[in-house]
Amino acid sequence: MSEKQENRLLLYGNDAIAHGAREAGCYFAVAYPGTPSSEILPAFAQFPGVFAKWSPNEKVAVEVGIGSSLTGTRTLVTMKHVGVNVAMDPLMTFTYSGVRGGFVLVSADDPEMHSSQNEQDNRCIAKFAKMPVFDPSNSQDAHDFTKIAFELSEQFNTPVMLRETTRIAHAQTMVTLGEWEEPVQGEHFVRDTSRFVMMPNFARPRHAFAEQRSLDLQDWSNEWDGNRLELKSKKIGIITSGIAYNYVRELLPDASYLKIGMPWPFPDKKAKEICDYCDRVLIVEELEPFLEEEAKILGLPVEGKKFVPREGELNLDRVAASLAKAGLLDEVPEAREGAPVIPRPPVLCAGCPHRGIYMALKKVNADVYGDIGCYTLAALPPLETLHTCFCMGASIGNTIGTSLTESDHKRPQVAVIGDGTFYHSGITGLLDAVTSGVNMTVVIVDNSITAMTGGQENPGTGTDLMGNTVPAVKLEEIVTALGVKKLTVSDTYDFDTTLAQLREAIEYEGTSVVIARRPCALFPKKKKTNPFVVLEDVCNGCGACFRIGCPAIADSGKRTGKGLAIAEIDPAACTGCELCVQVCPVDAIIPQGKREEVNA
Amino acid sequence: MNEKTTNVLIVGVGGQGVVLASNILCAVVVEAGYDVKKSEIHGMSQRGGVVTSDIRFGPEVLSPLIAKGTVDVMMAFEAAEALRFAHEVREGGKLMSSLTKLAPPKGPTRKGQIEYPENPLEQAKEFCKGTIIPIDTDTIARELGNMRLANTILLGGLSAGLDIDETIWTDMIRKMVPPKTIDKNLAAFARGREVVSLAEA
Ligand SMILES: Cc1ncc(C[n+]2csc(CCOP(=O)(O)OP(=O)(O)O)c2C)c(N)n1
Repeated sequence: MSEKQENRLLLYGNDAIAHGAREAGCYFAVAYPGTPSSEILPAFAQFPGVFAKWSPNEKVAVEVGIGSSLTGTRTLVTMKHVGVNVAMDPLMTFTYSGVRGGFVLVSADDPEMHSSQNEQDNRCIAKFAKMPVFDPSNSQDAHDFTKIAFELSEQFNTPVMLRETTRIAHAQTMVTLGEWEEPVQGEHFVRDTSRFVMMPNFARPRHAFAEQRSLDLQDWSNEWDGNRLELKSKKIGIITSGIAYNYVRELLPDASYLKIGMPWPFPDKKAKEICDYCDRVLIVEELEPFLEEEAKILGLPVEGKKFVPREGELNLDRVAASLAKAGLLDEVPEAREGAPVIPRPPVLCAGCPHRGIYMALKKVNADVYGDIGCYTLAALPPLETLHTCFCMGASIGNTIGTSLTESDHKRPQVAVIGDGTFYHSGITGLLDAVTSGVNMTVVIVDNSITAMTGGQENPGTGTDLMGNTVPAVKLEEIVTALGVKKLTVSDTYDFDTTLAQLREAIEYEGTSVVIARRPCALFPKKKKTNPFVVLEDVCNGCGACFRIGCPAIADSGKRTGKGLAIAEIDPAACTGCELCVQVCPVDAIIPQGKREEVNA
Repeated sequence: MNEKTTNVLIVGVGGQGVVLASNILCAVVVEAGYDVKKSEIHGMSQRGGVVTSDIRFGPEVLSPLIAKGTVDVMMAFEAAEALRFAHEVREGGKLMSSLTKLAPPKGPTRKGQIEYPENPLEQAKEFCKGTIIPIDTDTIARELGNMRLANTILLGGLSAGLDIDETIWTDMIRKMVPPKTIDKNLAAFARGREVVSLAEA
């Protein structure tokens, strides 16, 4: 066991990436938040002498990053896997142009969809975009590969992807850190029309360049010791990468391994070597058969997804079951079932400003085309007032489509989108609605923060990641500038007025917008306000307060004369938003201090 | 030094301090010279969801996740969560649990709805292959005069279940808690440790 060292720390993969970038002398980092990538940028921003910023979406982040690279500055760009979809347009052409300062794109994939809408495998995107991709197996790899990625980017004149997964990003493992480099800003933009103006005549030779570069990178991939052969057993060889390496190595310690740190360009010579050395070679990888297809294109006799699941994340149990199926381990006994225990599903917080507008939407029985954010939780009981959710920004376009095509307009057509999501990718949708004269309503739920991903600043917040005060953009001004003629701003803690405003907006012929505004109950941190209590002898058990889905309101266990459940409020959880007060038909809910007066 | 990998599972509910406790455990095992890996799911936990943290330590740790039914020591911050994960404890392992009950908010009962368990630790016996050791954190914390000591009491219990020098734990607590509260925290740690040691004797 190694001596304790000062520079040896237990780090999350995300922190390790920030350190790797810092050690590579990276000056500039830009990102859009998304689980499991969100912690990298704040960790990097703490280092002295660097600059880090959030952008309104991933496409802008990559474009900002390209600009930074063009000045000769080493640049880190981070996002979640689906964010790369948003950034595909600049990315697909930037890989033709190549970099000046090293450019590393972190794609944080989410196998098992712990907090995502799909589980796409972005190793495939890297190959499609013709950019080399690293796939770390632990925090040390994440740190080391980030550092190498900057070198490689400049050496081969290419953006590089570092693809991590949730179990790398959010697992802590030991890391030995290296020396810090001074962060370096590039001097200035250097004009190079043939490289940076991708008109057809200039782009054609760059495509040829990119193809040659891929071949050169494959040579590097074959040489690099991060694609590591561990030859032991002649009987069985395993090709693996990323988190999966840990599971197989633990289960089959005596097998031979090709541990791949760079899935693409694929280290074909090393793959041939392990196939020559071993009688049988199995590929164990999470999600897509990426390595398997690369190996099979070469005609290598490998097996993989025949045994290993393609959906969900891997773990010791799933890999053990796969190895058993392949005849490499004894059959594993079925794991014991656990006790059925009351679930704890995610709910809108007590005092969440999103609640009031959904109560109103439920009342008018609107078809609600939704978006991604905390407010997506309204799809679940008891609110059940959100009916679609595909990707960030989809709500408005979806509503335009339904409004233009459904022949009997039975119910109001309403898009609900968060402020963060509106800045991210809702603006162009609203432009389409207005200029197509669509009769629909857009509700922008404005809590003035990116709440779902942990409270990052957005263009409406007025502060940035470095702690500076910056201009905040007013939603009203954007909406009006886009040509919306019917706009109301409502306070979602005032239910009756909110409902009346929503009704009016829906009745309006044309595109109307309601900005439902109240700051998030969690960010920034607030002082506690006076909680409310239920008067047991007044409560008639009607259940109206239960139906708003507030986690501070529960069944007290007591019953009314008719046997109906009497509510109770958890004083520690109640924020005093008063929405329950407004739906209670018998005035049974009053501020805590008042009860003493009533009882007196 | 233990040559095998030790699997520790800490469970609780968002806001209870599960992640902080697992950080302290990790700092202790690193200090003791072990390799360690820890994995937890971030995300929606601040909204009162279930929080779990897998910690594995030994000479060399590969998987950051614990295989089903192979937990050596489990620490539950909440009794229903002890029941939810009781089957993860291996034969001969230990399940230490706070008696604290945090029922999720609920409206009037719907058909088919699962109720908050009446006596979670009693029920857990049916699912747990190891020894169950309840820790009455509320009573001990009240005796010590500060309800916020509950987590340190549980850490004391956890320490008794693991083969790591006690002084490493106490040094770490001195380093990590506010200076004014060191004595109270050390007392809480000792009480938690005592409960588990007595139960095992
Ligand atoms: C393309 C893409 N990038 C990032 C995410 C991660 N993500 C989920 S919700 C969300 C932001 C939501 O913010 P907002 O619309 O303000 O709603 P709030 O959570 O504050 O209610 C983000 C960034 C995603 N799902 N898709």
